Amino acid sequence: MSTEKPSALISKYLRTQHLPHIWCPGCGHGILMRDVAKAIDNLKIDNDNVCLVSGIGCSSRIAGYMDFNTIHTTHGRAIAFATGIKLAKPEMTVIVVAGDGDISAIGGNHLIHAARRNIDLTVVVFNNDIYGMTGGQYSPTTPKGELGTTAPYGNIDRPFDISALAKGAGATYVARGTAYHAVQTIKMIQDGISHKGFALIDCISACPTYYGRKNKKGGAVEMMKWQQANGVSVEKAAGMTAEELAGKLVIGKLHQEMGVPEFTEEYQRIIDRFTVGG
Amino acid sequence: MGKRLVVNHRWCKGCGICVAFCPKEVLAMKNDKIQIADESKCIRCGQCELRCPDYAIFLEDVINKTTEEAQ
Ligand SMILES: Cc1ncc(C[n+]2csc(CCOP(=O)(O)OP(=O)(O)O)c2C)c(N)n1
Ligand code: SF4
Ligand code: SF4
Ligand code: SF4
Repeated sequence: MSTEKPSALISKYLRTQHLPHIWCPGCGHGILMRDVAKAIDNLKIDNDNVCLVSGIGCSSRIAGYMDFNTIHTTHGRAIAFATGIKLAKPEMTVIVVAGDGDISAIGGNHLIHAARRNIDLTVVVFNNDIYGMTGGQYSPTTPKGELGTTAPYGNIDRPFDISALAKGAGATYVARGTAYHAVQTIKMIQDGISHKGFALIDCISACPTYYGRKNKKGGAVEMMKWQQANGVSVEKAAGMTAEELAGKLVIGKLHQEMGVPEFTEEYQRIIDRFTVGG
Repeated sequence: MGKRLVVNHRWCKGCGICVAFCPKEVLAMKNDKIQIADESKCIRCGQCELRCPDYAIFLEDVINKTTEEAQ
């Protein structure tokens, strides 16, 4: 049957008057935005109690589409804005959605310090290994040897593993999902939101327009098939050697640490010390 | 309550993802838009809805007519 009416999920969580969205045909960001909606729906959190913060990039356009309290900030600074919002309203679910460039290049410093503080934010990275919005420049996650507009002969840098970076900086929940593995990724976003402390879900997206075309990875379908073929669960990866894991995407919960003091609670403790009757 | 497969041609950008991952070959592309080629094969698994980047295909709840009238 043909319809012009969106599904119940999309009607509830997206500003449908702005759809279809601006993202290219087959862009993984569209799949991941639905994952965020579905995770909130499964957790039954009221839309008005969610604040979604983004920076600048194709991925960051999400702030215009999702029907929460939303703020579209400046490139790389989403975590800084989110920190202020969380301190003002600790009871609110604060989610940051960011591109790999936004979070690990210009915003890398905010990322590591928010992780170190263990502030109760959930960062959902839409990681497409490239700067999509500005035309396909290489990013800190572009694999060595791959092409970008700024790497016409191949990228000579070693890439960041954003999950490992977040874990190393002190994040207390870290997981990796993909646009293809939607069911698992929804669960990871849910668990990241439920986790008290700094959570990061590194979601491998797909940019068929720049990354796919430049690197001859095919179109959207081929890029999804690549994720399907190369995704390995954390459980399965545990029994594999480093050589066997080369070029694979380890999917699932990579790290969780409980009982680490959370930033807004520690801050409140200081306030209480100086409050009359506190 | 059953489910039925619906498509929104206005939102479909013709990426082909739903066609590629439908396990039952229910779907096809026609003039760069999604088409339901054979709905009788659909097992209502929701794989298409899960991965459509444009929310242009989904399973919709159908409320049984007689129950609706009875209410
Ligand atoms: C301060 C500042 N520097 C640079 C830019 C240009 N700029 C806009 S988006 C972007 C990167 C986008 O890549 P990414 O964050 O990975 O998101 P994607 O578009 O791939 O989703 C850059 C460098 C800017 N808007 N502001
Ligand atoms: S340029 Fe890439 S990341 Fe941006 S909307 Fe297009 S496919 Fe998506
Ligand atoms: S619900 Fe499943 S079987 Fe039916 S069209 Fe979608 S993917 Fe194919
Ligand atoms: S996945 Fe969505 S946008 Fe892509 S062809 Fe299917 S219905 Fe159209």
